[in-house]
Amino acid sequence: MAGLDKDVAAHARRIVSLYPEKRSALIPLCHLAQAQDGWLTPEAMEHIAELVGVDPAEVAGTASFYDMLHDKPVGRYLIGICTNIACLLEGGLELLQHAEERLGVAPGGTTEDGMFTLEEVECVGACDRAPCAAANWRYFGPFRPGSLESFDELLANLASGALDEEVPTHGVLSRTRRQRGLEVPLDQVRSQRVAEDAARRRRQEASADQGDGGKS
Amino acid sequence: MSEPTGSTPPAIVTSRTWRQGSWELGRYLQSGGYEGLRKALAMTPEAVQAEVVTSNLLGRGGAGFEAGRKWSMLAQKPVRYLVVNGDESEPATFKDHMLIEGDPHQLIEGTVIAAYATGASLAFIYIRGEFALGIERLEAALEDAYRHGAVGPNIFGSGFSLDVVVHPGAGAYICGEETALLESLEGKRGFPRIKPPYFPAAVGLYGAPTVVNNVETVSNLPWIVTHGGAAFAALGQGRSTGTRIFALSGHVNRPGNYEIEMVKTTFRDLIESPRLGGGVRDGRQVKAFIPGGVSAPWFGPEHLDLPLGQDEVGKAGSMLGSGAVTVMDDTTCAVRAAWRITKFFWRESCGQCTPCREGSGWLEKVMRRIELGQGREEDLDLLIDACDNISPGLRWPPAQTTICVLGPSIPSSITSAIHRFRDEFLLHVKEGGCPFPGALPR
Repeated sequence: MAGLDKDVAAHARRIVSLYPEKRSALIPLCHLAQAQDGWLTPEAMEHIAELVGVDPAEVAGTASFYDMLHDKPVGRYLIGICTNIACLLEGGLELLQHAEERLGVAPGGTTEDGMFTLEEVECVGACDRAPCAAANWRYFGPFRPGSLESFDELLANLASGALDEEVPTHGVLSRTRRQRGLEVPLDQVRSQRVAEDAARRRRQEASADQGDGGKS
Repeated sequence: MSEPTGSTPPAIVTSRTWRQGSWELGRYLQSGGYEGLRKALAMTPEAVQAEVVTSNLLGRGGAGFEAGRKWSMLAQKPVRYLVVNGDESEPATFKDHMLIEGDPHQLIEGTVIAAYATGASLAFIYIRGEFALGIERLEAALEDAYRHGAVGPNIFGSGFSLDVVVHPGAGAYICGEETALLESLEGKRGFPRIKPPYFPAAVGLYGAPTVVNNVETVSNLPWIVTHGGAAFAALGQGRSTGTRIFALSGHVNRPGNYEIEMVKTTFRDLIESPRLGGGVRDGRQVKAFIPGGVSAPWFGPEHLDLPLGQDEVGKAGSMLGSGAVTVMDDTTCAVRAAWRITKFFWRESCGQCTPCREGSGWLEKVMRRIELGQGREEDLDLLIDACDNISPGLRWPPAQTTICVLGPSIPSSITSAIHRFRDEFLLHVKEGGCPFPGALPR
């Protein structure tokens, strides 16, 4: 592995160009790298560092703060079981226990075939489907005690590829990628805003002269 | 989202969210989409701002600050930014998730209106990384909006130009705190910034003046501009104007997002109305409920007739916060529920401040051992003492010993649970285990 592939790197440069300061692209680029490799490899982090103009240690330092960025390989599907309050009340702990038994791994573990990594996650905002499971951050549920076989079906459908259209492989956040850079150069916006602010001040002065307190 | 929300009229922000293909430009335009922006661009920016001030739209993220006032605080420097906060992570809150997935064009339209009114040079929409489908739909919608002329150079021929960038987060509750969000957007760890300066309106993104508005707040703007701020202010009562989405979860028959006119509905209506929550499951009783996200102190059955208004709930000792209402029936173990919320804060503490970083971990351990039947009677005083160290006096609104409000949010669930269900804690100690059904923490 040698960092980002050529086409991915080209896309990464376009993302960098969207921000007034390059470093802002750091997290979006980490997602791009995960989409390519399934996780954040040291080579990718070095490449990202070069693209955004910081030391590789800074990329690692930032990435390590965020739960979604993985500096170790994970399965094709990351299965996140929420056990936070809304899911807890509906049987989130029971679902987690069931998932552990089905997959034969504890939270943080990956199945031997590399298909699934299990995680206990915090609320993912799918509480109308509590208790819910996330597969690569696509949401399914409810899987309440008594209907846990539907969770087994989800795993089977993921493994067989039946859900490939709905659930991309781990790391792919959005399958729609921005193709355009900024359409309005920032220095042009700046001069536009200066003119707009001046026009506003003139309007305010004019209305103050008319004695309506600047309300119009 | 998959189901009709069952909103009571008028639906301001959820008029489309449940319809098939609601996220597509064609559907959006058929239902009046981008008309608010066209109208705004024909007005002066200060006139748009005046409508929002008149509407008295309160921020829908959690703090409930007046959106128009927030805008007016923005320092008028040549470069200033708009950042839309779509990092919705308060447990049991799932309204912005729905708005992003279900009506991305409404969000884009509101964003451009806000940028026009405030004179922002560039707008960022920061979306929680876990909302993968939402990011996908928003990126697609943004591309269509550019092609439609609603974003980009010379918007709808008005002379106003603006770029919008969708920025994905990567999994950290704390990034919902606006200064942590800005750090994250700058490519750093999500550490809340030391205050002062208190407001990004003075010093924000890249040190420039910045407005940070929540997704639901911004999504209200097309309607407010189209119908006028006065029409919005005519809904609701007092300071709580317009409608608000309440995310209802827990032991109800119909969990979901419900857009409701503020103050005119009570918690009891929200939970029991057949159009809304449909009642507590299996005909059971409400034991307690959380009125506004897990940072909020719990309410009991005696609070069910309170109206859903910001000041009304505040006066009763809690908050409407993020609009997340979680119902716990009489089969719920209060210790286990409060333990899980504490565990959440422990996992999500950014680690900068000692009271929050250490306190959350201690509290989680003590709560867990009580739940598992290994607690002692004096643990209750220990919990209260540790909570008091994080937020001295245990008042509401809470005192703060930390950089941000995550710390002082930690005691809410523990002190609520001990205050209301002290006997239950003692029963765990006495019986050496949890008397309630269901799986236990490990």
